[in-house]
Amino acid sequence: MSGIPHDHYEPKSDGQKWLHKRLPVVGLLYDTLMLPTPKNLNWMWIWGIVLTFTLALQIITGIVLVMHYVPHVDMAFASVEHIMRDVNGGHMIRYFHMNGASLFFVAVYAHIFRGLYYGSYKAPREVTWIIGMLIYLLMMGTAFMGYVLPWGQMSFHGTAVITGLFGAIPFVGESIQTWLLGASAVGQPALNRFFSLHYLMPFIIAGLVIVHIWAFHTTGNNNPTGVEVRRTSKEEAERDTLPFWPYFVIKDLFALAIVLVVFMAVVGFMPNYLGHPDNYIEANALVTPAHIVPEWYFLPFYAILRAFTAEVWVVQLADFVTFGIVDAKFFGVLAMFGAIAVMALAPWLDTSSVRSGRYRPMFKWWFGLLVVDFFVLMWVGARPAEFPYDVISLIASTYWFAYFLVILPLLGIIEKPMTPPTTIEDDFNAHYGKKDGAADAVATPAE
Amino acid sequence: MLKKLALTTAVALGLSAGGALAAGGSDAKIENYAFSFEGLTGSFDQNQLQRGLQVYTEICAACHGLKYVSFRNLSDDGGPALPEDQVFAYADEYEVFDAAIDDFRSATPADKFPASALANAPDLSLMAKARAGFHGPAGTGISQLINGMGGPEYIASLLAGYTGEEKEEAGTILYENTAFPGGWISMAPPLYGDDVEFADEDASTELEDIAQDVSAFLMWTAEPKMMARKQAGLTGLIFLSVLSVLLYLTNKRLWAAAKGKKSA
Repeated sequence: MSGIPHDHYEPKSDGQKWLHKRLPVVGLLYDTLMLPTPKNLNWMWIWGIVLTFTLALQIITGIVLVMHYVPHVDMAFASVEHIMRDVNGGHMIRYFHMNGASLFFVAVYAHIFRGLYYGSYKAPREVTWIIGMLIYLLMMGTAFMGYVLPWGQMSFHGTAVITGLFGAIPFVGESIQTWLLGASAVGQPALNRFFSLHYLMPFIIAGLVIVHIWAFHTTGNNNPTGVEVRRTSKEEAERDTLPFWPYFVIKDLFALAIVLVVFMAVVGFMPNYLGHPDNYIEANALVTPAHIVPEWYFLPFYAILRAFTAEVWVVQLADFVTFGIVDAKFFGVLAMFGAIAVMALAPWLDTSSVRSGRYRPMFKWWFGLLVVDFFVLMWVGARPAEFPYDVISLIASTYWFAYFLVILPLLGIIEKPMTPPTTIEDDFNAHYGKKDGAADAVATPAE
Repeated sequence: MLKKLALTTAVALGLSAGGALAAGGSDAKIENYAFSFEGLTGSFDQNQLQRGLQVYTEICAACHGLKYVSFRNLSDDGGPALPEDQVFAYADEYEVFDAAIDDFRSATPADKFPASALANAPDLSLMAKARAGFHGPAGTGISQLINGMGGPEYIASLLAGYTGEEKEEAGTILYENTAFPGGWISMAPPLYGDDVEFADEDASTELEDIAQDVSAFLMWTAEPKMMARKQAGLTGLIFLSVLSVLLYLTNKRLWAAAKGKKSA
């Protein structure tokens, strides 16, 4: 499966040979687990395992929660309280699931920014990147629909706001919104279908995760140098890589355990810290919360949505040239989805010949600013839409787009990158020193 | 240590939840009362919960309900832990409607507390989680990280926060309250101090003390499994920490063979 030369599974016993001829499943597992992995991967390469674990955690806790949850507008809220009070261990399962969503997004953001810094999106890993972006979009959809299910005040009014975004689409918006909700307003049909989709989508994500892994097992992992593993011979490949099992499995499990220590502390001692108190009030269409705020992981994009008001000249221009079809509301929706779209297009917007940000002196600063920008957007996303937050969110939103649409293409032309090490082995040895003895004997050829 | 750990997480998480709540009651005065159930190992004070139950029963229950709480939970460990015969006797004081006999009957421990008697009196089952007393600063959520969400503190501050001023607005009498967002609340002052007579004569019946008692009780009704949760959390932390150390050592040994000696 992998393009990197390595040993493949050889069935030994008669039983193994029998099975291998009919279904090479052991071979598939062997090749997947023994994948040659660049040995210089740093600690930012652990989030994949964290994400896989979290997906499993969410699916398992979710399946148990469904056994007790009732998707009905009059009973949903009470059924969640039933889980919290009467179901054995229900309070832990629900808090795991609730905070598991946050863990999922912490990990996915770290994973995405890792990719952005080390150029993991660049050729030949564009397909891995695009599939990752699809997974991210599905995660957001799943998280949003899951948040509706407890049927609290924020669930209800948040749904009204978010489905209202689709209502901003010119001409067909209202029809689409009605179609999404199954009614003209948020109610029983919306709750039922969101429940159904919330159960379905994680399995689509799981399928895409397999494709995501398949894609990068074909191209091989990126690594902090961005230098490809040497593939001319198995011997050379082996000097750049170590098998995934046991080296990276144990390393990743160690990192996962540390992440879970923090996760356990949040679930055990502050499970409601990341939530909103209003969601402990049952949904009431007649009482609108003073501030409708999405969960933290949506805030950066929520800030971009709100940043483009009718006072911004770009919005006014768009409104004018489209004869009012693109009004401020629709512009905001376009900007929000556009912010994710430009990220997905990064492989084609980045013109630099060097893959890893480690060897790009100018890029480093712009990237650092993007990370800061992300947190600033997250912060203003939760603030009221008034001065100075409106100005801050407009500047921060503009930078988000500028980074992908202007800075990434330009940097490739004006930046003079440093020279990355020739091989992964060189990088690894520079960090950890050369292995004694044996390494010297084969150190000379082919470099 | 936990706070430090949590602080790092929260900053990484992007200063979120508190920010979400920062708007609204910034001028409200919330006293940061010290409750026994705070902290890593803090637990509910059984006597305080029983006093709070009495305050709730004699005063709050006139208008408010606890529709998600079952009478049987009053005997739960980690909660008020009333003896079972007392729970039976307590439940017996209430009348509930039974659809099976299409009539009212006296309640049993299997029944739930009645819902609010007044339409505009909110149910109190989850009130301690549905309100946040602490906010900010500046939308960073750090205050909640250090002090907690502040639900019970909010309730106690509200009960003790009446100034005595009243005004009439559109036919409703509003009472000035230093803890309530906006400063004017439609609930008349429910507690004045010495409103109840506790069986334990040493227990204080000062306004602020009984306000804290009933707030602690409402924290329990909102989060009846808090003790079990903290215990699970602590156990999980210990196990995961040990696992982390073992995996660290395994990882170190495993990789040692692949790494050379640092030459320079």
